Order: sequence, then structure tokens, then C-alpha cells
Amino acid sequence: MRDIRLLDRMFIPGTLIGPFTQANPGLGGVCTFVGEVRFDDGVEALELTHYEPLTLPGMHALADRAFERFDLMGLLMVHRVGEMRPGEPIVCVSAAALHRRDAIDAVDFCMDHLKSAAWFWKREKRGGEWHWIEPREQDHSDLARWQA
Amino acid sequence: MITVVLLGKLADLAGAPSLAVSAPLDWAGLKAALPEALAEALDDPRNRIALNGVLFADKASLEAGAGDEIALLPPVSGG
Repeated sequence: MRDIRLLDRMFIPGTLIGPFTQANPGLGGVCTFVGEVRFDDGVEALELTHYEPLTLPGMHALADRAFERFDLMGLLMVHRVGEMRPGEPIVCVSAAALHRRDAIDAVDFCMDHLKSAAWFWKREKRGGEWHWIEPREQDHSDLARWQA
Repeated sequence: MITVVLLGKLADLAGAPSLAVSAPLDWAGLKAALPEALAEALDDPRNRIALNGVLFADKASLEAGAGDEIALLPPVSGG
């Protein structure tokens, strides 16, 4: 079961995870990561921009690589775009597999790639003004873990 | 016309999320058709381009015609 989506409005991860788990009968484990907009000092809102022809196809290509690299039964990858407020979910990745290591590592792999190599541009609003967020060195070193 | 789509902070330099420029044009023609600050930013190798939704590796060899869409892509900041 493979479900890769971009959403432009608020979503409730719990409503996706239950059906995803049900859709992979016989699984041995399911691992889920949910990322939310942090309550950082003074951040009023976060906005994610994407470029339609690259962003969703890029997520599908990432899913393809996850299926090649890990022994998966299913993969759910849902990412928000648009304007979000602190506390709102921004990403949900869930992997189902016969064995826990494949599920856990697949989620870790997808998240590291979504955080550093996916086609998203992010800005945050502080004091009523928008500021673009630059790429972080930490995200690139996280990505390097998978380049063996 | 050619549509130029601007992502991230490049949209701020352009003052709009997309611009329409006259066709046809090459790399030098594109830079000449854009606001100066944006044209300068295009030479930064970290800023990439896509032509009709496909990444274009060698910016300098760009040739675009009527109806094409050029996207100007600054480094991604991740999801």
C-alpha cells in the first residue's frame, strides 16, 4: 500500500495512520513519524512553497528508493504545503514491514531526504514579517548518513 | 510569451511569483529580460533552473520558446 500526497490544508495524522495500518494486513511492524510546526520564540506562522512539476514527482522517486532499499509492505508519505501555525502537523511518514528495522529505517531515510533534498522552500513569520529559511548544515549531514 | 516561475526568495527579488517574458530567448536573453537583482542571482551555481518541469543541468545552454515555462529554483530549505 503506497500513499504519497501533498496537502494544502490542515490534516489529522491519526486519521491517516489507522487506515494505512489496516491496508497492510499481515504486517509485523509499523513505524510512524509526525512532524509539527515548532513553537519557536516569536514564530507566528510557517509557509511552505512547492513547485508542482518537481515536488510530488520527487516524493514519488523518494518512495521508489525506499521500496528498493528496505523490505517494505507499505509506505505513507504526506506533506503539507501552504501556511501553517505552530502546533499544526507538517509531515507524516509511516512505513509498514514484516520486521521492525525496515519500518524504522525507511521512515528515518524518508525524513532525512524530505528535510534536506525535497523541493520545498520555507519561510516563517515573526513580528508580522516573513523571513526565508536557509538550508541547514545539520540537514545535509543527516542526508550523508545514507550515502554509503 | 515564456512564463518564468520564481521560487523561494527569488520571488522576492522579482516582486512576483511569476513573470512573463518575450519568446524566444537564451540564457543571456533571459537575464536581460529580468530585474537586475534577479539576473545577478541567476549566476549563483546554487540557484538551479527547470525547463517545462524538468531540471536543466547546463543553465548557459538554455533555449526557450513560446509557451515554455522556466522555473528558477534557489536552494531548498527542506520540509
